[in-house]
Amino acid sequence: MLDTPSSAGHSTMPVSADPLASLASGSPRRATARLTTLDRTARLVFRGRESAIGPAGEAFGVALPREACRFASNEGRSALWLGPDEWILLAPGAQAGPIAAAIEAATAGLPHSLVDVSSRSVGIELSGPKAAFVLNQGCPLDLGLGRFPVGMCTRTLFHKAEIVLSRTAGETFRIDVWRSFAPYVWSLLEEGRRELD
Amino acid sequence: MLIITCPWCGARPELEFRYGGEAHIARPADPSTLTDEEWADFLYNRTNPKGLHAERWRHVHGCGRFFNAVRDTVSDFFVVTYKAGETRPDIAGDQAK
Repeated sequence: MLDTPSSAGHSTMPVSADPLASLASGSPRRATARLTTLDRTARLVFRGRESAIGPAGEAFGVALPREACRFASNEGRSALWLGPDEWILLAPGAQAGPIAAAIEAATAGLPHSLVDVSSRSVGIELSGPKAAFVLNQGCPLDLGLGRFPVGMCTRTLFHKAEIVLSRTAGETFRIDVWRSFAPYVWSLLEEGRRELD
Repeated sequence: MLIITCPWCGARPELEFRYGGEAHIARPADPSTLTDEEWADFLYNRTNPKGLHAERWRHVHGCGRFFNAVRDTVSDFFVVTYKAGETRPDIAGDQAK
């Protein structure tokens, strides 16, 4: 499935076939830890000085969270804190171009960088009562609700691959992984839930 | 596995971090005025203490930030971590302070 070129100011990189297509289609159903691929998402990495952070959030429609390792969502869009001056902005289904243009307009003249990384990674959702158990086979973080509550996000490791992990609901995790690492992460998640019903 | 406290993200597993060498080594303002010995000293010579050691770490698989830590080189115990740019905290028994 090839992407159609964007007509907006920012060009969109052509996207190769979904790296998880064949793995996901053969994936067994397990109710205690459901594994699904997420739809195409526009992703932008925003980094900026203090003066640019507020306007960028306003233009995106989600105020950029200032608390470490938290994300904020509004009308389907999410802004994930990755570092004290770094956020990843997710807009499911949308084209990154118009969003980037809006943020650029709002932050003109203010020190910042904004990069379209939509094609860099793919999203995986893991949900069910055993989701944390499956993740913990390759991720040493404490994923208890007290230490990793709903609304928390962080870059971390899953086995040898770097992922962006966020908890969107009590038993639902979103994993963002670089596309070339996606089959590796998917296969290990699959292995981790093999013993489950 | 060691648990290292990132000043931004809190307690995290050692796997997410990368070592960055001794902390608080300022690059000379004007290297051209230094003798070869002084320049070599800046480049290569480190304190290598037995005991408390202030060193740079980077939370590379997390927030990406560099920060400083005081670690006991004998026990591998992290006494304290603090943000880059802050001065080395006072610690009882710290010979280097």
